Amino acid sequence: MLAVLVALVAGVSLGPVSLPPGSVAVELLNLLPGVQLDSGLTAGEAAIVTQLRLPRVVLGLLVGGLLALAGGAYQGVFRNPLADPYLLGVAAGAGLAVTAVIALGGAMDPLVGLPLTVPLAAFVGSLGAVAMTYLLGAAGGRSRSPATLILAGVAVSAFLSAGQTYLLQRHSDSIQQVYAWLLGRLATAGWHDVLLVLPYFVLTAVVVLLHRRELDVLALGDDEAASLGLHPQRSRYLLIAAASLGTAAAVSASGLIGFVGIIVPHTVRLLAGSSYRVILPLSMLFGGAFLALTDVVARTAAAPAEIPIGVVTALLGGPFFVLVLRTARRVLT
Amino acid sequence: MPGPARPAVATGANPVTAPAIEVRDLHVTLGGAPILAGVDLTVSTGEWVTVIGPNGAGKSTLLRAVGGLLPTGPAVALSGTPLWSMRPRARARVVATVAQSPAVPAGMSVLDYVLLGRTPYIPPLGRESAADLAVVHEVLDRLDLSAFHGRELATLSGGERQRVFLARALAQGATLLLLDEPTSALDIGHQQEVLELVDQLRREHGLTVLATMHDLSIAGEYADRLVLLADGRVVADGPPAEVLTEDLLATHYRARVRVIPGDHGPLVVPVRPH
Repeated sequence: MLAVLVALVAGVSLGPVSLPPGSVAVELLNLLPGVQLDSGLTAGEAAIVTQLRLPRVVLGLLVGGLLALAGGAYQGVFRNPLADPYLLGVAAGAGLAVTAVIALGGAMDPLVGLPLTVPLAAFVGSLGAVAMTYLLGAAGGRSRSPATLILAGVAVSAFLSAGQTYLLQRHSDSIQQVYAWLLGRLATAGWHDVLLVLPYFVLTAVVVLLHRRELDVLALGDDEAASLGLHPQRSRYLLIAAASLGTAAAVSASGLIGFVGIIVPHTVRLLAGSSYRVILPLSMLFGGAFLALTDVVARTAAAPAEIPIGVVTALLGGPFFVLVLRTARRVLT
Repeated sequence: MPGPARPAVATGANPVTAPAIEVRDLHVTLGGAPILAGVDLTVSTGEWVTVIGPNGAGKSTLLRAVGGLLPTGPAVALSGTPLWSMRPRARARVVATVAQSPAVPAGMSVLDYVLLGRTPYIPPLGRESAADLAVVHEVLDRLDLSAFHGRELATLSGGERQRVFLARALAQGATLLLLDEPTSALDIGHQQEVLELVDQLRREHGLTVLATMHDLSIAGEYADRLVLLADGRVVADGPPAEVLTEDLLATHYRARVRVIPGDHGPLVVPVRPH
């Protein structure tokens, strides 16, 4: 919780116009019902806080929380430390579906400037992709290992990205729009985006967090889970659907932001143990804080220009992934 | 499951007098290959029955079927209740399984692992109660594992681990214990330790034990009855002295053995062909 609060204040304070964190904290408290304090900010500065920076930080918290939660859930469901919305091809599926919707046109959402069907398309695309990855990974038969699933995910990602490239080439008029979305759209976030993601966030968080104990049981394997009275396959499908819904909501709100789903749950694992009862709620909180802070880096490191947030997470995630591989080697062999 | 028409297990039988396990004409086909071809088996409450047989005879499949992990139709009943009619949670309170090599999740503590045994008592979306914790601590005490409760499961030795697996099954509170090769990973001393423990627990709690084993002498020493399975059929079923004969073992294991009378059952010694 503390991490989230720090991220909140830092995220709102820092930017092209720097505001004193103390005043920002007071201004945020003013948003609570029944609180009236003098923050010392001008009306313009207060507007920057409430209308520009706050929705952006909140969206970062929601998207980061969703990606980390989905990553943790996938790792549990597939019993695979490397599972992540991106490595499984889930995000690529959502990306292809959204690109198709943008490129082929459709009724536009006037506030977001994207077709209305983007969230639905992202969900269908992500479920389709995770199904492809799972089937391809299972085709290895009895010899499949955790690495097989990831290889399948990489293959599915490449396949879907190729489809996306093809679509973009055929519909070059929408390239600008698609790329603006792909590279992460926290920059243009308004309260409208927050409201759009919030219901999906709540649904995903409720389903995944209620099943956190079942994920610990699933870690024993399907036979053991069944002999302990679970329906392993049923729990698995439900959790995959919830995690994919969360990924789709995150992707449709903010484009492709990689590695959050693997960095955050693994850091939590290192700090707080391996029980999903602990990993999942903490991942959600840290994921949100992580992305909100990453966003601060994205908009201050090269100010006044902004670095796409997906680029920042990838720069952090690449080296981290090597670290995970080293610690996960005993699981893979 | 095609097969000759034989009466399935009677439903509505009196659970007090009904055998703990009743299997009638069980057929199981996996991936097109028949694994079990008409198995009959009755295990009374409090009895210890061990299934023996060569590799691929269907021992583990029989255990999985009795544990409810395979669709069995009307062929299996536990204490008079048909297995197919039991919901998974209810079944998990009646029958507990220790797999041949259970998964050891990385980083999981002994306490957390044994607590998973309480799953059938925890509401689907709920958490462990104080009563669940009390049961687990009692089991850990009984199995001399209290000192290990905070240890990571993966760091324990084979013998200690086997006791933890057993603890999880006991925490399930089931009266029927299925043990698939419970000693295959252990040295001879730890084999005896674990099996003595199972036998004591069986007497203390009135458990019924159905196990599979490869070591025939040990199987005979601990079981009340042995069931010899070959090619998916029961070819011998009776007290160890009747099943562990040089003839039967030569026929079904293609093994040359000498059978020597022992204190608790025949001792089977492999001998090299001339």
